[in-house]
Amino acid sequence: MSPSVPLQEMIRAIRSARTQCEERGVIQRECAAIRAQFRQADNGGRSHNLAKLLYVHMLGYPAHFGQMECVRMIASPRYSEKRVGYLGAMMLLDEKQDASLLITNSIKNDLSHSNQYVQSLALCTLACMGSAEMCRDLAPEIDRLLRASNSYIKKKAALCAVHIVRKVHELGELFAPAARTLLTEKNHGVLHGAVVLIIELCERNPETLERFRKTVPDLVQIMKGLVLSGYSPEHDVAGISDPFLQVRILRLLRILGHNNEGASDAMNDLLAQVATNTDSTKTVGNAVLYETVLTVLDIKSESGLRVLAVNILGRFLLNNDRNIRYIAMTSLQKIVGTDHNAVQRHRGTIVDCLKDQDASVKRRALELSLALVSATNVRSMMKELLIFLSSCPQELKSHAASGIFNAAER
Amino acid sequence: MIKSILIFNNHGKPRLIRFYQYFAEDMQQQIIRETFHLVSKRDDNVCNFLEGGSLIGGSDHKLIYRHYATLYFVFCVDSSESELGILDLIQVFVETLDKCFENVCELDLIFHMDKVHYILQEVVMGGMVLETNMNDIVAQVELQTRMEKSEGGLSAAPARAVSAVKNMNLPEIPRNINIGDINIKVPSLSPF
Repeated sequence: MSPSVPLQEMIRAIRSARTQCEERGVIQRECAAIRAQFRQADNGGRSHNLAKLLYVHMLGYPAHFGQMECVRMIASPRYSEKRVGYLGAMMLLDEKQDASLLITNSIKNDLSHSNQYVQSLALCTLACMGSAEMCRDLAPEIDRLLRASNSYIKKKAALCAVHIVRKVHELGELFAPAARTLLTEKNHGVLHGAVVLIIELCERNPETLERFRKTVPDLVQIMKGLVLSGYSPEHDVAGISDPFLQVRILRLLRILGHNNEGASDAMNDLLAQVATNTDSTKTVGNAVLYETVLTVLDIKSESGLRVLAVNILGRFLLNNDRNIRYIAMTSLQKIVGTDHNAVQRHRGTIVDCLKDQDASVKRRALELSLALVSATNVRSMMKELLIFLSSCPQELKSHAASGIFNAAER
Repeated sequence: MIKSILIFNNHGKPRLIRFYQYFAEDMQQQIIRETFHLVSKRDDNVCNFLEGGSLIGGSDHKLIYRHYATLYFVFCVDSSESELGILDLIQVFVETLDKCFENVCELDLIFHMDKVHYILQEVVMGGMVLETNMNDIVAQVELQTRMEKSEGGLSAAPARAVSAVKNMNLPEIPRNINIGDINIKVPSLSPF
């Protein structure tokens, strides 16, 4: 008998209700039964009841009476009960509730459990809803897991560390050495987690950022391996080797190279390589190219590389895929201040996008067009913008009007 | 960071909701309704990015969504995530569901909501992308399911046996068999 059968029976009963009122009736009866079951000492189907409650919660009915049951389930020695208990905790509890304090001890014990799946449940829950006190208390344990465990646990510990650093900024110092070591791992999941952690540490603390600048050569090496390696079936997505990891590393390089000549120099070649070697016929290729362009434009790159980057954005603007056009305009927006002339070259295409059917594309085109209004083009731009104003969707009208006004004043 | 992941059908009925930032329950339902309202207005050939949801976080947040047959998969993210990357991640998640459920359909998500949560937990953790390799994710989910099943088989058995015996309707075994009234006819054997 599958563990979910009672849950499925309840779902069937709820779905057979023909009106909202009937549904409420069914759910009230079920909740009463669940409440009664929670009060009983032990019965074979504890995990089923909590699962039912979570289903009911998703539909929008109150489920707070399940909070203590979550605490009890988490403390159970059985994996099936712990699993549902932790899921319930993540969905129903947050640090403001008293019940969440009660699970701290369970999390602490489970972090050193012999079964990696129990450890992973504890890590997941801590990363979702760990309070500052919990984080302070358990940080050394997470650091230990970052250094000495298998890759499955390491990658989860890395993301857990990110959450801890967000809650308690000072603890960033604690994780920096372990994060540095993780960059030597081969497992892509761990590498990805390590890069996310390093990004968080660098964004919080300029001194940490300084120290991590030394890792630029290592990151460049890793990227080279991904971009130039032959076909690797386990990481391949449409011909690109682990695009998610590539995108993440490019973002870190962006942060490290920003406003720093030395670091930017060290990554110039790599960025040029990625920009020219990446296949742009699929979405995954475009995700990597896009991130490369953003990085090139945000660091102290050579002018040749910058021109290449803006040209790639220009190509994106002409792409049939609306997503790509939207993305291109978002990034052109970011550089319209610094590389104004380069963006001006694409003014025609941008103004055409004002006429696109898609509201998101229109919004981006409007922002960009307003930024591109200058003394030389004001007449033609105003004409286009006024045409736009007369036919644009309601939610953009006021923004467009005030934008036109401001531009005219300039 | 991913702020929330919502899956709902073409009528707005939620099939999976996961918030990585705390919201009170009525707020959660309001966010679901608002998100559905924004996403269902969109044509099928427009871009998959939406701005303008005011409830969930303001100007730094975007809704990135994909529409598959009867379901919308919506990820609400902030600017630290790559938009195209998240779009690919949604694809990875859906393909993983497809592998775990064998040609997944809406009914699978409805009746196995807990399993979908466990799969999602291997992809996104604490609002951050954890693993993007579909084979790894599927393998880990398999191992955990097996562990849960094996536990259910062994340690749940005694409890189930006890409750089974309690509920069994054993026929009453008569204690006193009175044979006094039985008329046994002894056949008269012809003398030989």
